[in-house]
Amino acid sequence: MIVEDKPGVLSRVASMFSNRGFNIHSLAVGPTHVAGRSHITVVVDAPELEQLKKQLHKLVNVIKVTELDRVDALESEVMIARISCDPVNRGEIGDTAGLFGARMVDLAPNSITFEMAGTPEHLASFVDHMKPYGVIDLVKSGRVAMKKISDVARIAVGQA
Amino acid sequence: MTQKPYTGSHSLLQSLEHEGVETIFGVPGGAILPAYDPLLDSPIRHVLARHEQGAGHMAEGYAMATSRVGVAMATSGPGATNLITPLQNAKMDSTPLVAITGQVGTAAIGSDAFQEAYTTGLAMHCTKHSYLVTDADEIPDVVHEAFHIASTGRPGPVLVDIPKDVLNQHTTWSPPTLAGLPGYKPPSSQGHPRQIKAAVELIESAQRPVLYVGGGVIRSGATAELLAFAEAANVPVVTTLMARGAFPDQHPLALGMPGMHGTYTATTAIQNSDVLVALGARFDDRVTGDVASFAPRARVIHVDVDPAEIGKVRNPEIPIVGDARLVIQALLARLIADRAEAAAPTRAEWLHQLGIWKESKPLSYEQPEDGPIKTQFFISRLHAATNGEAIVASGVGQHQMWASQFWSFNRPGTWINSGGLGTMGFAVPAAIGAKAARPDELVFALDGDGCFQMTFQELITATTEEIPVKVVVFNNGGYGMVKQWQNLFYGGRISASDLGTSVPDYPKLAEAMGCVGLQVEHPDEVDAAIDKMVAVDDRPVVLEVVSDLDEMCFPMVPAGGSNDHIVMGREDL
Repeated sequence: MIVEDKPGVLSRVASMFSNRGFNIHSLAVGPTHVAGRSHITVVVDAPELEQLKKQLHKLVNVIKVTELDRVDALESEVMIARISCDPVNRGEIGDTAGLFGARMVDLAPNSITFEMAGTPEHLASFVDHMKPYGVIDLVKSGRVAMKKISDVARIAVGQA
Repeated sequence: MTQKPYTGSHSLLQSLEHEGVETIFGVPGGAILPAYDPLLDSPIRHVLARHEQGAGHMAEGYAMATSRVGVAMATSGPGATNLITPLQNAKMDSTPLVAITGQVGTAAIGSDAFQEAYTTGLAMHCTKHSYLVTDADEIPDVVHEAFHIASTGRPGPVLVDIPKDVLNQHTTWSPPTLAGLPGYKPPSSQGHPRQIKAAVELIESAQRPVLYVGGGVIRSGATAELLAFAEAANVPVVTTLMARGAFPDQHPLALGMPGMHGTYTATTAIQNSDVLVALGARFDDRVTGDVASFAPRARVIHVDVDPAEIGKVRNPEIPIVGDARLVIQALLARLIADRAEAAAPTRAEWLHQLGIWKESKPLSYEQPEDGPIKTQFFISRLHAATNGEAIVASGVGQHQMWASQFWSFNRPGTWINSGGLGTMGFAVPAAIGAKAARPDELVFALDGDGCFQMTFQELITATTEEIPVKVVVFNNGGYGMVKQWQNLFYGGRISASDLGTSVPDYPKLAEAMGCVGLQVEHPDEVDAAIDKMVAVDDRPVVLEVVSDLDEMCFPMVPAGGSNDHIVMGREDL
């Protein structure tokens, strides 16, 4: 949703969800290209979003609410993951990470830390591949999303 | 002598004057002190309440009696927290209210300073919107926005929190704009023509239609339109607790209040309706009872200015988002246009059936000749004595239901009660607010002893501010509705609902607050007591009605039960 960049707006939005009994799965807030406007992406597991959208619209600082179905959405999350390693398997881990497009950001004798961005599935798949080595620590951002407008993008995702 | 600088406080007062504010209800204190100084030089009347909750309810009573924005003012911390109940009350009943609160100085915010509370945070869920003003230059726009938000769309409370240093900041005043509200677009439409057309066709084809009228009709000032439409369409009308007065009770099409303590006819008409037209009503649980069995055969047309109400409880066949007044106008225009081609439905069978129910299942009570006085009897006598020409405020509980049942309303703004939140203690301050707004009206607070004991100190305000309200205290020695539930659903185990009748001495208590104190104990003295009460016009009156301790309020649909099973009296239990 697009909101006014004012103090307390995030608090209003977030607590509206809990007030109406919805659990926020993921939340991301950031500026937009327009001054004074912020973008909030909220991921919720809810069978019925209509009432939620109407309640969000009632918040005075909320300018626009868009419901994105995953099929129509470009989505991305950022993750930093620290993987246990030793001099023997470090190369193999690095190769796998390279295939996923993860970037090494910290290297220690017994661990290697990657940073990457991608769809939730992409990140989950990477984590799966790292599990055998041992995931020491992992942080993820809230999801950001934008509506797809090209059919090309839709087809591409369909193939992936 | 140098001229005083123009500060945020001056800007606040000038902004309130700019909005046409004539009366503020408030209590001063440290953080709001700067605003109280220029108030001395302002044409705005300040009514000094004895408690901020009282100030808030007074502002609500003022708003409900006039359809104008009520204004309450309080200091930071406890002043603001004491306003929370009126704010939530106004939110639930869609009452236009602006609350101005002082806040500790900007530099002290977050430091747990003396009388600090996170007011905008506390108010987040009990206001339509709230502001923390951080620069005095913003005051004109913020106040203008606050009044705009409070009074447009679905009305509601708006809080403006102003730190003390901002009130003291040097500033200037310039005419405000609404440019700062890009996200606020209240629907003011008359509904989509296609929906209007479909709605009229559905209503015209209905065999058993009902207009289910809620408080939105009063808030939008649509009562004249409602009367015209109901008569033209020949459709009976039920008025919810918040809509009492929206349609004249004496009208042949009026069925009274539906729901938990509604009339048999109103509740049963909805249950049997084939088309239910909800106008500014929100399918509240006190109206619907068990939702699954509510109006099971009805196709629903739902008109509301708040899109979030549509489909929240019941999915309508025809949703119409718009202002009730404009939508009803559009419905009427369409109906008249369609009638040029088709005959008006007579609905003789339906109206006949309703007549039978009205006759066979009326509201009833039995008044024993030698007492004790039944509240229903007193209310009927008071109505007769005043010809119903009065504003009636009430508290919450049995007496509220009886007032709604036995007072015959015929105009809007004459029934002032706490519907959604059910705030005990509402009556006395709300009546004071209504009387301050409408000094030429006879204003009664019909109150219970439990409610009265929550806020009666505001009668000191009434005396000192010369606001002569008339308070009737139905003294049944306890929380009557709580007792009723304990008797019905807890095996008669009376827990903490018995207040006793030994104290207080109500007439003495009234006299101590500068009011006239009266008491009536026998049914045959009721008329004389009413005459005495009505005759006093120079100060407030408190009339204690020593009432039946055990009377129960019927009809009743037990909470969560189906509206098909109405308990008409003890014999039905």
